[in-house]
Amino acid sequence: MNRINNLFKKKNGKILSVYFTAGYPDLDDTLTIIRELDRSGVDMVEIGMPFSDPVADGPVIQRSSEIALKNGMNINLLFNQLAKIREVTDMPLILMGYINPVFRYGMENFLEKCNETGIDGTIIPDLPPDVYMESYEPLYVKHDIINVFLVTPQSSVERIKYLDQISKGFIYVVSTAKTTGGINSFNQSHTDYFRKLDNLKLKSPRLVGFGISDRTTYNQVCEYSDGAIIGSAFIRSLEGTGSLPENINRFIQTIR
Amino acid sequence: MNKTFISDSKGYYGQYGGAYIPEMLRENVESLRAVYYDIIESEEFKKEFSMLLTDYAGRPSPLFFAGRLSNKYGAKIYLKREDLNHTGSHKINNTIGQILLAKKMGKKRIIAETGAGQHGAATATVCALMGMECVVYMGELDMARQEPNVKRMEMLGASVVPATCGNKTLKDATNEALRDWICNPENTFYIIGSVVGPHPYPDLVTKFQSVISEELLSQLMAKEGTEDPDYIIACVGGGSNAAGIFYKYIDRKKVKLIGVEAAGKGVETDETAATITVGETGIIHGSKTLLMQNEDGQITEPYSISAGLDYPGVGPLHAWLAGTGRASYLNATDNEALDAAYELTRLEGIIPALESAHALAALGKLKLKPADIVVVNISGRGDKDMQAYANANR
Repeated sequence: MNRINNLFKKKNGKILSVYFTAGYPDLDDTLTIIRELDRSGVDMVEIGMPFSDPVADGPVIQRSSEIALKNGMNINLLFNQLAKIREVTDMPLILMGYINPVFRYGMENFLEKCNETGIDGTIIPDLPPDVYMESYEPLYVKHDIINVFLVTPQSSVERIKYLDQISKGFIYVVSTAKTTGGINSFNQSHTDYFRKLDNLKLKSPRLVGFGISDRTTYNQVCEYSDGAIIGSAFIRSLEGTGSLPENINRFIQTIR
Repeated sequence: MNKTFISDSKGYYGQYGGAYIPEMLRENVESLRAVYYDIIESEEFKKEFSMLLTDYAGRPSPLFFAGRLSNKYGAKIYLKREDLNHTGSHKINNTIGQILLAKKMGKKRIIAETGAGQHGAATATVCALMGMECVVYMGELDMARQEPNVKRMEMLGASVVPATCGNKTLKDATNEALRDWICNPENTFYIIGSVVGPHPYPDLVTKFQSVISEELLSQLMAKEGTEDPDYIIACVGGGSNAAGIFYKYIDRKKVKLIGVEAAGKGVETDETAATITVGETGIIHGSKTLLMQNEDGQITEPYSISAGLDYPGVGPLHAWLAGTGRASYLNATDNEALDAAYELTRLEGIIPALESAHALAALGKLKLKPADIVVVNISGRGDKDMQAYANANR
């Protein structure tokens, strides 16, 4: 069974998934970050493949991506860094990034390499679900990789049900109409939206992302979902004064 | 003969086009896609659009026989004078169309990206006309090199927001506009300035710009007794003025369509914006097209002296026309464009925009015969480029 499905099946409590940009702060921090996230009790990790033009991202991830690229990160190098990752952790691992570098790498090669490395899923925001269904679903199935779809506050119920139906893992609930890291608290309209999704009784579990930065926002979204995804706030924490492991552990402890 | 829509229902021109957008933009784009065709094909819309093009923008733009330029190149050269439109370029054709669409869709706030500032100024203009809020994203570098246009936009009541990422040019301004649209999905209409972006934008903008070739058919008939020139030449950044003047001629195979990209310091250098020459297939700003990228699929920074051509992608229509061989794409360097601008100015008393100067620079690269009828699209006027022209010191 894919590790993503396994996690949602076995976990009793809420799930915490953390995003970081590979190649940031330093080119070779990838394994250290994953290891420390595992140690600090995180359930799942999204490894960001940096892109030159991240249109869905706010300033924090724009900057980490820019630095990661300057440091020399690319998909090939990332797979090399991750070659022995399954000796390090059993957590589900997801590669997240934009479609152009993946197309350039070659979708078939990419998914084959994901499988070989022990990657469980992908999140590619600008790969539209209809293109995925038309062209890539069989390849994903063949290599046992799960593609994660996003829903937003603007998504119609019909659209949400469609995405739920084609989803094989979990649904990424974008909390708000913002780029990543764009807000730091939730109001009534956010919770109404989270509740609406909860009441739809979808078959897929839901993780909420965008704007979860601390214990309060984490607990808020967990009330209406299966857990949360933290990205920008985590990346900001890496700039703390301690060592990389210290900064990571300190941050995760402030969440749960 | 006169096809109106050349992409398929999902916005593909052959393998190029489509809508590669994150889910955060889907409802925005989908709600536009669902209504645009019916709105712009309605009699009410056509009437209002046509009235504004005539009474406000000053159309039709003249077709001018450039006698001294013709002597120089040994062919009959006509200039399609888009520079004489209100706001000084072809961009107004598109912004009038899109703001009418925005109004019909009940949107109150307009955003736009701009490179040279021509599209930004044309957007700010129609926003003033319609009493709508206007935010224009412009690369910080472009704000410096096209300062008169920044002042114009501000006088027209627009907020000009600098894009400070990347090279601080058109690509970065487009990223910022897309981010704004993600953050303001309910009340905001994004007026894209070229035949780029996710479907339906390339189709929509091509349609609004097609008035250029529509007029050319009858203007050339009146002057030469034929609708068909031998050559049509236009500059290509994203490619909207070229799409507009090519459009009605795409099925008229004997008319040679020539796009001219900005070579910058040369296509063999890293400082170029000649996407069709040096680019490869990929996804940029929601569209599958040719783009300048490195081996890892990272979009590379373009370079051109012309802020309006300084873009690492190209409209999917042009990628398709290049791929099928229906149009040919040449390129001109900064210096060739500057020479061509001075030449037109001295021979005909017309100072073209730096963008349009690239189209003129192609005249010397074609093997023209005396009987050849050549139409060059003068997409804009050169007032905004006086600093660059003065520095060139020809």
